[in-house]
Amino acid sequence: MSAFVWLTILTALRILARNRMRAGLTMLGIVIGVASVIAMVSIGEGSKRAVQAQIATMGTNVIVIFPGVISAGGVRGGQGSAVTLTVSDALDLKKRIPLLADTGWAKRDVMQIVYGNQNWNGAINGISPSYLTIRDWSYSSGGPFTQTDLESAARVALIGQTVVENLFEPGEEPVGAVIRIKNVPFRVIGVLAPKGQSAQGTDQDDVVFIPFSTAERKVFGTSFIGSVGALFGSTDQVEDLPMAAEQIREVLRARHRLQAEQNDDFTIRTQVDIGKVQEGASETLTMMLFAVASVSLLVGGIGIMNILLVSVTERTREIGVRMAVGAKRRHIMMQFLIEAVTLSLVGGVLGIVLGIAGTKLTTLIAGWPTIISGNVIGIAFFFSLAVGLFFGLYPASKASRLNPIEALRYE
Amino acid sequence: MSPLIECKEVWKIYRVGDVEVQALRGLSLTIEQGEFVAIMGSSGSGKSTLMNILGCLDQPTRGYYRLNGIEVDNLKPDQLAGIRNHQIGFVFQSFNLIPRTSALENAQLPLFYRGLTLTEQRAQAAAALGRVGLQGREHHYPTQLSGGQQQRVAIARALVTSPSLLLADEPTGNLDTQSSQEIMKILETLNHDEGITIILVTHEVDVAAYAAREIVIKDGQVLSDRVTKARPASSTVGA
Repeated sequence: MSAFVWLTILTALRILARNRMRAGLTMLGIVIGVASVIAMVSIGEGSKRAVQAQIATMGTNVIVIFPGVISAGGVRGGQGSAVTLTVSDALDLKKRIPLLADTGWAKRDVMQIVYGNQNWNGAINGISPSYLTIRDWSYSSGGPFTQTDLESAARVALIGQTVVENLFEPGEEPVGAVIRIKNVPFRVIGVLAPKGQSAQGTDQDDVVFIPFSTAERKVFGTSFIGSVGALFGSTDQVEDLPMAAEQIREVLRARHRLQAEQNDDFTIRTQVDIGKVQEGASETLTMMLFAVASVSLLVGGIGIMNILLVSVTERTREIGVRMAVGAKRRHIMMQFLIEAVTLSLVGGVLGIVLGIAGTKLTTLIAGWPTIISGNVIGIAFFFSLAVGLFFGLYPASKASRLNPIEALRYE
Repeated sequence: MSPLIECKEVWKIYRVGDVEVQALRGLSLTIEQGEFVAIMGSSGSGKSTLMNILGCLDQPTRGYYRLNGIEVDNLKPDQLAGIRNHQIGFVFQSFNLIPRTSALENAQLPLFYRGLTLTEQRAQAAAALGRVGLQGREHHYPTQLSGGQQQRVAIARALVTSPSLLLADEPTGNLDTQSSQEIMKILETLNHDEGITIILVTHEVDVAAYAAREIVIKDGQVLSDRVTKARPASSTVGA
């Protein structure tokens, strides 16, 4: 039997080589289908990985709490329009919820920053020192400010890479320099290591961090002392995030004296939630990919079935001869199935090669991140095999059911 | 020892639309091992139907056919294929070689469907080609061979399984006189020297003259059946 299979594969390859043009056109559907699947999955994987990396720049196991929406006489403001969150909320949350490793707070505004004769409009963030650790900021030079700086409302600043590039000459050391924000001088004590884009697409390096107290009193001119733009918390384990979020909700509702029928006046987002939104987007993409791939594999499969039906008709006499010399039905069946699978597999392999080449080219030309996984290649191979088997079945069974007498007489 | 072929009251009835065609009408026939039989008859006489039944490509509607002691009437298609593979060699008028496939691989074809290794298949096919005088042509394609040579490849293909019965359906119908003689000599030698039973269908009297027995079919029945030559000594021993 194995000699039979081997010889049949050899015969199939020879027939393929003889009708290169025809075989090529037949395989085209499979080739294009497989190639596009590989290219698109690789690009999808690449961007998914990039998004995951962006989400990771948020910090580790982070929970963000935004103030809620103001609603006055039926007119609702945008998110953050209410000043419902305060520093004491943050301190109380930390005290009451053991799951929270730390809490921090921040308030931001875009303002002009001046250094020498240069100026730049950047996001000024008044923060607690804990915010820096929660968000996993690190420093390319200098270091963070401390609790003492916060308590004494020190005029110190940490600046991001984008701000450095816009205010300082290349090679100039920002640490120790004095910048002015709203005409208040701040001494730069650290430069933040770059994080790149956030998952929402904003430049995370276009920031200046100053102690919250300094910001409140000397820069922002806040009317409601202690109100923050957002609260941050972190847990030690990623599994604790949902539980911690629920406990935060309970504590905040109690602190804000909300009745059972009232909506939350804040919004809680965990890093997991944010990841899910991104995953949802990439799942939609994957589904669309799957649809495209299915259609092209279907078209490819029909192409194979068509050419095999032609082949069975062309070779009716040969089938008759084979039957006359003792080929059983399963032998004829196997022969045409093997021919179909050979066609689809050769198409699949060509498609894989083309897909990988296309993917590499995309990275090279467009600079998109791509990841070619062994899985997608395996799946593509398996699917081209399955397409060959499935669409070869009908022609093969048709061939195997020929009447040998009629087949021998066929002109 | 039972006869190689035993047909008794064989009927074959086809239905073509509403018309019923009786191709064979109660034909009875016995052929011994080692015989060389010519079957003659005009077209429509039923000789093609008879050949199909003898060759296990078809089954009788009524009556029975026993080949080498095996009752063939009730076998399934795959069982018939097995019998064709082991007992019968076919030689056709139009050679029926597989195009663009070498002489060796054509001769190998029946062995394809047996559990032999590739090396065994090739050795046996090469030997069969040798027996019909085609040494050195193993790798020629049908288009590179003359009609006579192509028919010899077909005979090699029929011989390669060492069948007990060789069915030749107008084997010289597409050949010139010289090639016809060559082919008939080969068949004669196979029958005489190796004791292979041969049934030959032909229109031509001089081709039929090679056989030792001549059966004429008409209207689906045996019209005449006569011995034209003394049977070769080698095969009378067993009978």
